[in-house]
Formats: sequence, C-alpha cells, structure tokens
Amino acid sequence: MDATMIRKDFPTLERHVHGRPLVYLDSAATSQKPRAVLEAMQRYYEDANANVHRGVHALAEEATELYEGARARIARFVGADPRGIVFTKNATEAFNILAYSYARHRLGPGDVLLATEMEHHANLVPWQLAQAEAGFDLRYVPVTPGGELDLEAFEAEVATGRVALFAVTAMSNVVGTINPVADLAAAVKAANRDALVVVDGAQSVPHLPTDLVALGADMLCFSGHKMLGPTGVGVLAGDPEILEAMPPFLGGGEMIANVTLEGATFNEVPYKFEAGTPPVAEVVGLGAAVDYLERLGMAEVRAHEVALLEAVLPALEGIDGVSVHGPTDPARRGAAVSFAIEGLHPHDIGTIMDREGVAVRAGHHCAKPLVRKLGSVATTRASFYLYNTLEEIPALVDAVETTKRFFDR
Amino acid sequence: MSMDDLYHEIILDHYKSPRHRASELEGAQVSVHHSNPLCGDELDLRLRVADGAIEDLAFDGDGCSISMASASAMGQAVVGRELGDAEDLAEAFRLMMHGEGHKREDDLADGIAFEGVAKFPVRVKCALLGWMALLDAIESYRGGDGRGSRDD
Repeated sequence: MDATMIRKDFPTLERHVHGRPLVYLDSAATSQKPRAVLEAMQRYYEDANANVHRGVHALAEEATELYEGARARIARFVGADPRGIVFTKNATEAFNILAYSYARHRLGPGDVLLATEMEHHANLVPWQLAQAEAGFDLRYVPVTPGGELDLEAFEAEVATGRVALFAVTAMSNVVGTINPVADLAAAVKAANRDALVVVDGAQSVPHLPTDLVALGADMLCFSGHKMLGPTGVGVLAGDPEILEAMPPFLGGGEMIANVTLEGATFNEVPYKFEAGTPPVAEVVGLGAAVDYLERLGMAEVRAHEVALLEAVLPALEGIDGVSVHGPTDPARRGAAVSFAIEGLHPHDIGTIMDREGVAVRAGHHCAKPLVRKLGSVATTRASFYLYNTLEEIPALVDAVETTKRFFDR
Repeated sequence: MSMDDLYHEIILDHYKSPRHRASELEGAQVSVHHSNPLCGDELDLRLRVADGAIEDLAFDGDGCSISMASASAMGQAVVGRELGDAEDLAEAFRLMMHGEGHKREDDLADGIAFEGVAKFPVRVKCALLGWMALLDAIESYRGGDGRGSRDD
C-alpha cells in the first residue's frame, strides 16, 4: 500500500493551513474523504435521485437499488446479515436504539449492564438514561493506569452471572487500546447465555479487519464518517432475530406494515428501525467508502498503521517531557495516539501545533471518565489513517518541539 | 493574526505566576464550580463578600493557559469592587471578547491583554470561564443573602 499515491485521492490533503502543508492527524474525529466517495454521492444526486422503497418509476427503482446495494456491501464488509444492517444517523444513534428498544425493555432490577471506563460518551450516556427508567445496575470495568481493561475486575463482574448486557469498545478513541473483544464476549456468554454483547466499532471498523461473528458481538455500532464516508450515516449491525424482537425506536413512514387510526403494525427489520426517508446519498457514499477500503484491503490498512505506530511512538517518547498514554506495543493498539507535554495544557498545545500546519485534537475526546482515570482533564491526540505517511512524523515532532519552545521563552 | 495576539506576554506572565490562585479562601461565603464542556477545563471560584463588595477571591482549577491566566487577571481587576460594579466589568470583558466594543479598559487592567483572544473563536470560551464563574458566584451569594434577609 502506497500512502503517497493514496493521498492523491483526497482533495483536502492538498490543502495548506497557515501557509504550511496540512498534516492531518485527526482522523479519529473524522476521516478525510476520497474523490470516489464524493463522486458517488454527486452521481447519485445527478442521475438517480428519488425516494427509496416508495416509487414504481425508474429513478425510484435505481435509487432503491443503489441504497440496498450499499447495504449488502457494508454487511459483507463487517460479516453481517444485510437484514441486520440498520442505517442510523451516526454511531451514537445506534447505541440509543439499543438503550431505548433493548436495555429499557429487557433489563430490570437485579440485572447488570456492564460497560467499561474506557467508553466514549456515546456508549455511556444512553445506558445511563435507560438505567434511570429500567432500574438495572450499571457497572463498569475499571481501566488500568496503562490504559487497558482490568481483566480481573471484569472476570469478577461476569462471575456474578447477572451481566445481562455487556458494552465495550473494540478500540479506544483516546488511548488506542485494542480490547480482546472476542475473549470478553465469550466469557460474558459463558456466564449468561442470554446476555447481549454490544461492541463500539466506531474506531475499529475503519482501521481493522472486522467480522461480527469472530468478534462474538450481537450488536456492532459504527459511524460512516470515520471510515472515509460522509457524515450523517451510521450503522447498527447485528443479529436480525434480536432486532426483530425489539420494539421500534422512531415511528413514522417506512417502518410500518399497516397503519390505521387506532394503531400500526411494523415492517420487518431492518426497515422497522429506519423510520422516514433515510440518508440515501450518505448510504451510497458509505458504500463507495467500503469499496475503496476493500480495494486496499483492511489487513493492508492495519499493517500500514502498525508501521506508522512503530515510528511515531518512539519519536514522541524521545522528546524530553513528552509521554504517550496507553499501550506501548503497536500490536495491541490502534493509531489514535494521546500524549502529554509536561507542564502544558492540550488546548495550548493544539493551538500552537495548528499554526505549524499540524491538526491534532485537544480535549477529553468525549471520554471524560477515561481521561480522568489517566490523571488528567484533557489530552492531545494525534490520530493516523491510511493516507498518513512516515514523512509526516518529523512534522509532528517539530511541531511538538516548537510548542515546547514557545512556552519556555 | 499571530501567536502573540493570543499568547500576549501579560497572559503568559499570569499563567506562570497566577494571582489569587488557591484551593481555599478563609471566610468565603460562596464557592462555585465551572467547566468548559468542550475541552474539559475545570475551575473553582470562592468569594468573600463584605459590605456589598468583593473583599477577596480565590480560584483554582485545571485548564489551559488562557483560562487560568484570565481568571488570574480577573481576580486583580475585581477585588475591592462592589458586586454590581464587578458584574458590569464582566459584561465589558464579555463584549470585548466578542469583538463588540471596548468599555472600561482601564478597569479591566491586565484583562485588556486578552483582546487578541477574540480573533481565536474556539478560545473565547477559555478566556470567559473565570468571568462566567464570577457572575454565577455573585448570583449565588445574592440568593443566599436574600434568604437570610427574609429570615431577619
């Protein structure tokens, strides 16, 4: 895989900011988009724009084919049944469907919903809202100072046999940790056959080969915009039988089988969870993104990022006063690299680095409990993707050095 | 628009040697906690009020140079002022940060060094954090004071 060639597919990467070539290291927040995705969306609007599943005319049929074709390819990309692919507006909405239509109905007093301290707010707050209504216990697997799950504490929680839903991220958006999801899922199921395993794939699906069955996940939530696709579309991928047994989330058009003034019966999955006109162009764009990733090969994408990590981790650690959060072994982590510069606040670091053309994220990354656990209120995060090159790492190091000098004066 | 507009010498001085920064304040009647949900900055502010004026204040927190330095400069500018006067000064600072005018420049003292922050929209909230906490603290104080009066 040649990242230098790949970069030519991404118009934004040709940009300069503050007079310098852009070094985009914020892909964990959102990725840049290749022309293939932008063109697929443009083509859809120019050639086939129509509402889906509703018309008998040619354009309506073509739009439906494009929409459902993308669903099939996205399903294959994560090893899911197309009937179990629900399009949402983002990963957050996918979690909210599960909190509202599963946790609120299926869990109650005496049940434990086990999450972890590593989670993004999207995989925390919906459960908290459901807990307030359903009265189950919400418990968390602690995170070690090294940014990994405390597996002993996990085993103790699971051993109670009360865990009815386990929610875990496959890859931390802050410290990059890759969790042993398949092992964790197996342990949860061994203690309680009926437990639901919900996996946050927002960071893992864009960066790692993903297979729902191999993960042991009943449900996988991810977003389109972090994997080369557009904003406005996310995915809830899961077991269609479990989805079928869940009550609807949003009501409206498309999700019904029949409606009278007295009530309604509901469409089959996945349509039951896709009320209203869906984000057709965005789904078409996400389909093109998946095609792009498959052409490169996810194993190749991962190998490229491991090579970047092997260079960037020692480069950052080698700077006086800089420490990297999370696992040090590239094999155990993804390419979201949070670091600290002694005595400096991430907000200040991010501002100075931006002036050097290096785009990083500063803040709590929507994972306040985790960042607290790391002993901080914020981190600076450089996150890499398939279009980043080894040549960009010296630019990152220079920007960090410049930042240190600026505040040392 | 340069880095020196944002990180004025006076700001860096307040950041490195903060004034009125302490985790306690003897005789404080009111304590408020503010945070910036965007970046996670946290700030505690304690006030001691006597005869309707701010006799002393103390801030503490974990935040960027802009938020901490601004709270430090704010302390210098408002200690000794009557509550209503301090509120008016907070409004003058807010207007300056939104590029909507220059009022009471002399009274803002070192606070005027934050003028350049207005050119960096994502950092305006940082500069305002201490001042927003001050307004909240004054309101809390008045609330408590009001109830006290009714008891009398």
